[in-house]
Amino acid sequence: MNRRWLLAAPLAAAGLAGAGFWRMLSGMSSGNFDPRGVPSMLIDKPLPDFALPGFTAADVRAAGHPVVINFFASWCAPCIDEAPTLVALSRAGVALWGIAYKDKPAATDAFLARHGNPFTRLARDEPGVVAIDWGVTGVPETYLVDPKGIVRWRFSGPLPIEAAQALAGRLRA
Amino acid sequence: MIAELGHFALALAVAFAVAQAVLPLWGAWRGEARLMQAAPALALGQMIALAVSFGCLVLVSVNDDFSVLNIAENSHTLKPLLYKITGAWGSHEGSILFWCLILALCGGAVALFGNPLPASLRARVIGILGATACGFDLFCLIESNPFARLWPPPANGRDMNPLLQDPGLAFHPPILYAGYVGFAIPFAFAIAALLEGRIDAAWGRWVRPWTLGAWCCLTGGIALGSWWSYYVLGWGGFWFWDPVENASLLPWLTGTALLHSAIVVEKREALKTWTVLLAIGTFALSLSGTFLVRSGILNSVHSFANDPARGVFILGLLAVIIGGSLLIFAIRAPTLGGSGLFAPISREGALVLNNILLCSIAAVVMTGTIYPLFADLLLDQKISVGPPFFQATVLPLATPVFLAMSLGPTLSWKRAALFPAMLRLWWAALVALAVGVFASFGMAALPAFAMAAAAWMIFGALAEIVERIRLFRLPIGSSFARLVALPLSTFGTTLGHAGLGVTIAGIAGMSMSTERVVLMHPGDTVDVAGYDFRLVELHDAKGSNYNARVATIAISRNGVPLVTLAPERRAFTTQVMTTTEAKINTNFFRDLYVVLGEERDGAAVMRLHDNPLAPWIWFGALIMAAGGACSLADRRLRIAAPTRAASPKNTAPKNTVQA
Amino acid sequence: MTRKRRRLMVVLACAVGLGSAAALTLSAFSSTLQLFVAPSKIATEAPRGGRVFRLGGLVETGSLQRIIQNGSPGASFRVTDGGASVSVSYIGILPDLFREGQGVVALGSLQPDGSFAAQEVLAKHDETYMPPDVADALKKSGRWKPGQGAPPASALWDAPDWNQAKQAGG
Repeated sequence: MNRRWLLAAPLAAAGLAGAGFWRMLSGMSSGNFDPRGVPSMLIDKPLPDFALPGFTAADVRAAGHPVVINFFASWCAPCIDEAPTLVALSRAGVALWGIAYKDKPAATDAFLARHGNPFTRLARDEPGVVAIDWGVTGVPETYLVDPKGIVRWRFSGPLPIEAAQALAGRLRA
Repeated sequence: MIAELGHFALALAVAFAVAQAVLPLWGAWRGEARLMQAAPALALGQMIALAVSFGCLVLVSVNDDFSVLNIAENSHTLKPLLYKITGAWGSHEGSILFWCLILALCGGAVALFGNPLPASLRARVIGILGATACGFDLFCLIESNPFARLWPPPANGRDMNPLLQDPGLAFHPPILYAGYVGFAIPFAFAIAALLEGRIDAAWGRWVRPWTLGAWCCLTGGIALGSWWSYYVLGWGGFWFWDPVENASLLPWLTGTALLHSAIVVEKREALKTWTVLLAIGTFALSLSGTFLVRSGILNSVHSFANDPARGVFILGLLAVIIGGSLLIFAIRAPTLGGSGLFAPISREGALVLNNILLCSIAAVVMTGTIYPLFADLLLDQKISVGPPFFQATVLPLATPVFLAMSLGPTLSWKRAALFPAMLRLWWAALVALAVGVFASFGMAALPAFAMAAAAWMIFGALAEIVERIRLFRLPIGSSFARLVALPLSTFGTTLGHAGLGVTIAGIAGMSMSTERVVLMHPGDTVDVAGYDFRLVELHDAKGSNYNARVATIAISRNGVPLVTLAPERRAFTTQVMTTTEAKINTNFFRDLYVVLGEERDGAAVMRLHDNPLAPWIWFGALIMAAGGACSLADRRLRIAAPTRAASPKNTAPKNTVQA
Repeated sequence: MTRKRRRLMVVLACAVGLGSAAALTLSAFSSTLQLFVAPSKIATEAPRGGRVFRLGGLVETGSLQRIIQNGSPGASFRVTDGGASVSVSYIGILPDLFREGQGVVALGSLQPDGSFAAQEVLAKHDETYMPPDVADALKKSGRWKPGQGAPPASALWDAPDWNQAKQAGG
């Protein structure tokens, strides 16, 4: 009957919208959906060349395993929020390399001493030039580079626990 | 200790809510009078428990108990007492508790004032409200407990953002929430009617006062928020078509439609199914708007989805409430039965037109708000929708509303003739035309047209009163006697419609505003819209907890000094932030608005505005809300009157009263 | 007027209302939707002819110049995403979060000379961080639009007692 279908239409519309919002929410927590984010130009491209005190692009390529690179700074409050997640991530066996962005070395060291150092290697980008090549839109920002040196994934902003878990699971698989 | 008491009271409220949901609905289903009679007591119990819980939160806040996480994050010993109290609903957790409290107050109000309702309908309405409250109380208790402890407690709290320490904002959330949550009552009535399988004129009469109350609060809340952004944030605008603003506009649009379609149910027993759907839809929009904002999906900038569990919980709750109610609607709506007949040109026809247009506007605004999200999700496209979209779509749809608004109330029920109705409005049309022609000398075409439309709305609304008191056709004394005898709801309609006209006039004036951003050295003079703004000097000043930079601006017109304003930039020490204190000089017909920006080499960046008719925007909203209150005052007297037995023909004498 | 005819009228009126709403939406979409374009895609993806779009990237270090046009202060700077860079000019007050080397989103249109004229500049997140609760309150009330003026908030989280307390308390 026609009228019946018409009366069920609002339910169907609400259901579709709800399903969409659910996908957005789950995408947001796993880091695959960011409604306000700026898409990265680097995804599925080779990582840009750089040489910083600490490590260089060649070191990342030569690592032989996937590397998660995290841009952070001691002056950034969201980085403090993110610190426990990163420590947990490194405990889960993820190779986490940090790049301190526009930060004084002493301040970086104090930050890591206070909030825990999750990084196996640490580079310092004091002038913030390398971040521009990467297209970092702000700190913190996290990239996944595969063993071939191709950037596979990026997350802008403090990494949620769910996204970190998804990332660890992806690297284990 | 107080915090634990509050926590316990909250848990108790959940228990009451569960009982309130289960017992009356079960009783109404099985026809057990005793279970149905338990409903009011349970609703009052839940209300008292939540009031105690919220009172505890206020007390904890006033006592500076920083071992409570919520207080430590938002308060400070030096915070003024007023903001310690209002801060109770300022944080996320506190606002959820406050939300629950208002929902419980709605249930309590139905319990207290619902005596004339048939027992089964009252039991069902209270039961539905209980079921809704159940979900939110649980959300508050599990996912955002405002009484969570923090150990060891910090020496002092983090303090509240100075921008939020403003009386306008302090009282903005309660009013807005009362509007959002108030639509729970029409929603509960709609579901109860679906369960009963029966809607009649009496139902319409019971639903309308609650809808009106919620609508007044929502109108006031939106206006207050808009005013706050105008005078505190110093952006010089009043509406930005931000997703969050749209989230409050959507229930307002459908709520306005509901207000009007409920009249048709009340007077003519038509549009029943549609009215029920509107009641469900309005509450659904209230819920999804506010809660999707909180989940971090629908917000303007920063992503604070640092608690996705919260978002998932909210979405689950919405799915149960909205999905469940729409399911009941789909199954039960066919039982509501047919409706009265009417001709296209009639009061009913005009109200149908109003509904179609308002809902079309709502659909367009909703599309513009969520399309970018779905485009990102489904098409992987980064798109944004700005004010030009909303202006291009809303204006053409709103114009017929404005034009028909004055005509509608003059039409008679069932069948009307358009021409005589228009004849009665000839002088309003003449005034509107004159205003339009006059405005077109100083204004662009669109604002001039909007001014004419505003005049048409204001004088068309007044024409209704003039017509009914037979002004100038009877001796002035008997006209006055008729005026006094008019039901308050007639004034409600007039004020509501005229208020919108005043707001439209304000918006039209505002669209002619002049804004200049200039670099000024002390002594410089800048001309904005015929006013001379002279920067006299810049100096430092010290406030209680901030350092300020103050500019002195002398404004004159044609050499005649008008006023001196002193806009500030304040740097707060504890919160490490600066705020901009815009200064406004108003004479009710235009605002002169100055903002002090950064300084460079001894010169200051100044933003200078001349905003014609700006105060009318909020004044109009105030009139609208007053109109609603006026109608409400009228209805309260008659709230006990309706009885079910009356046939629709008797309850709808021709040409009376609607608000 | 029979029931059937009345229903037909109502359905027709609804169709006209919703149809015009849909038509308006589609036509407004085709003319006012704002695409997001990165500097390296500007040659291929950016709309021409003065159509407004959003340009996002980083402000190139050392490229920021203050300018004054007709007495109004403004700025010109270059926005890059690592691949290409575009010169942007803006008349108005830059947001307080605006810094060289930081992310920025500019709303505006391409000029015939290939530069970008911004109507609005939004800075992305950086060291000024808004506490979630304040953001919540602002978002709730619908009053949070950076780029229009003073950023609503920033609080430092450096108070050591606070951080220890937070970690200990969970």
